[in-house]
Amino acid sequence: MGDILQLVLKRLGLGLITLLVISFLIFFAVELLPGDIAQAVLGQAATPETVAALREKMGLDQPALVRYFQWLGGAVTGDFGTSLISGERVSEAISDRFINTLFLATYAAVIAVPISIILGVIVALLRNTIFDRVANVVTLTSISSPEFFLGYILILYLAVKTQYFPAIASLSSDMSFGELLHRTFLPALTLVLVVTAHMMRMTRAAIINLLASPYIEMARLKGVPPWKVIVKHALPNAWAPIINVVALNLAYLITGVVLVEVVFVYPGIGQLLVDAVSKRDFPIVQACCLIFAATFILLNLAADVGAILTNPRLRHPK
Amino acid sequence: MNSFVIGYYALLIGASCLAAYFKQRQIFLLIFSLTLVSFVTGIVGGVPALRFITIAAGLLALAAGVSYAFREFLIIITPEGVAKELRTAPLTAAFGMFVIFTYAIAGIFAPVIAPFGEAEVISSAFAPADENMLLGADQLGRDMFSRIIYGARNSVGLALTATGLAFILGAFAGLMAATKGGWFDQLMGRVADVIMSVPSLIFALLMLSIFGTSLVVIVIIVALIYSPRVFRLTRAVAGNVVVMDYIEAAKLRGEGNWYLIRKEILPNSTAPLVAEFGLEFCFVFLLIAGLSFLGLGIQPPTADWGSMVRENATLISFGELTPLIPAAAIALLTVAVNFVVDWMLFRSSGLKEV
Repeated sequence: MGDILQLVLKRLGLGLITLLVISFLIFFAVELLPGDIAQAVLGQAATPETVAALREKMGLDQPALVRYFQWLGGAVTGDFGTSLISGERVSEAISDRFINTLFLATYAAVIAVPISIILGVIVALLRNTIFDRVANVVTLTSISSPEFFLGYILILYLAVKTQYFPAIASLSSDMSFGELLHRTFLPALTLVLVVTAHMMRMTRAAIINLLASPYIEMARLKGVPPWKVIVKHALPNAWAPIINVVALNLAYLITGVVLVEVVFVYPGIGQLLVDAVSKRDFPIVQACCLIFAATFILLNLAADVGAILTNPRLRHPK
Repeated sequence: MNSFVIGYYALLIGASCLAAYFKQRQIFLLIFSLTLVSFVTGIVGGVPALRFITIAAGLLALAAGVSYAFREFLIIITPEGVAKELRTAPLTAAFGMFVIFTYAIAGIFAPVIAPFGEAEVISSAFAPADENMLLGADQLGRDMFSRIIYGARNSVGLALTATGLAFILGAFAGLMAATKGGWFDQLMGRVADVIMSVPSLIFALLMLSIFGTSLVVIVIIVALIYSPRVFRLTRAVAGNVVVMDYIEAAKLRGEGNWYLIRKEILPNSTAPLVAEFGLEFCFVFLLIAGLSFLGLGIQPPTADWGSMVRENATLISFGELTPLIPAAAIALLTVAVNFVVDWMLFRSSGLKEV
């Protein structure tokens, strides 16, 4: 057990270092601005006095490295400073929206993961039949479509023409859980369509890879019935790739969520980020980017650790 | 039960019986499961659902026909060696090539094909389609059809430029890393790790918020974001080539790094790189489309598919299909490129799945 723990800790440490580098990047990218934040906020027409005043207010007179550590220290405790536009605390603007985004992503994942794994296994078993080819074309089409295309198609057919679901996912705090699921169904479904296609293809590839290995052939040759080959021989070894596939795709969800939130006017952190980018509200942009990047790294880390835990061969690196 | 429904089922059942009689198991399974699905959808959705299935099947057959004809056409006009390869192409790949060809024509000859200029206001906002305007007008009264044609030039052109730059950067760094090794390899590897550990859209948003949204900035940022993928592939592929004896021989002859890359390594690693170019183009194209959709890509009045979807999105709440056409154009091109890449990967890897 000690080996595994050490290995996992090593990965965690690596992830932490990556995150640190990313935070450095996110902070100093803003420093690259021609002039500085104060100048960018006030525009070219500002008098030098007002720029200097704002600079002092924002603490820009301190060296960048000091400000970086202040910012990082704040970020760790959930304090990202104040918005340049509204003057609101960034953490307040983000906290509710972050929960909304998490809810949407979880909703999509709960639907997508079981469906895509089951479909992926079925398609792998039916490989090289006409169903497999049809599934290949359908999933490829789904992957290739931009999220907003799928989203608007769903709005057109399930909201505007038939009115089964609302087109705009407006949320309020006094909604029942069922109502909430109904309101957010279309954005979740859009995410499900994209992620399911990815996951299905990857699951299929993983299972087919596995079915080509000698011990499966051996089992077949000694006359084990096909379902038993899958359940007893293939599945225990398939967990590692499947966990990997799931974690990688959840990471993919994080990016997909931004576009989907904008399409459905969903009050999530992705929409906040897009708004902040067009208004050049840097503290919010930095905070959102950091959160997205951290989630992304965390999920990739989970994929790594999951693969290590389920694959005995990885536990003993040479 | 009207005559359409009776004809529909008669055709399906007749076709499945024929397929079964001629021992075409696959085709039989497909047609018969379509019949069963039709029973269910017919009960739930009624005649419109069946009509929808018919139209979809008809479109699919049309696409198959076009791709078959296009493949035969290509086989005839290309020289012997290429034609032999093309004969092995599946219909999906032929379809992909046909679509890419069409887009290329539309993009190159946009001013000739489009009836109006891309920024020309010719009627009132959201005017419906008439004999002048094939698809109606957009939110400012510009011709939708002309803008879609121009979009082929602007959106695809931008994505191609960005992909090209990403490729030059990534491939160059990858080849250098593979030939030089050592600290350069390590450094580039770590830089690639960092870039790849941030989701691409998020990275792009961060950079665009800082540098603004001019075309040059978009191209450079997108190229930077996607070059690590090329870097890793090139490094891996070139890494396999570098250990070959003929490289050793060239080194002993005293050839420089540049010669090695250009004359020995590159020719031996083109196949996977070409496939990667297609894949990379899809990613870049989707990212740029996403950015334009968010209003951070190509700025108006230049016609661009992503921003056209956003500008006309209000039409969707009136049940109009038109805003979806530019989005469909994006999806179609990406699918087409993916189809072709799928075939090329299959061919170059000699991948024959069990």
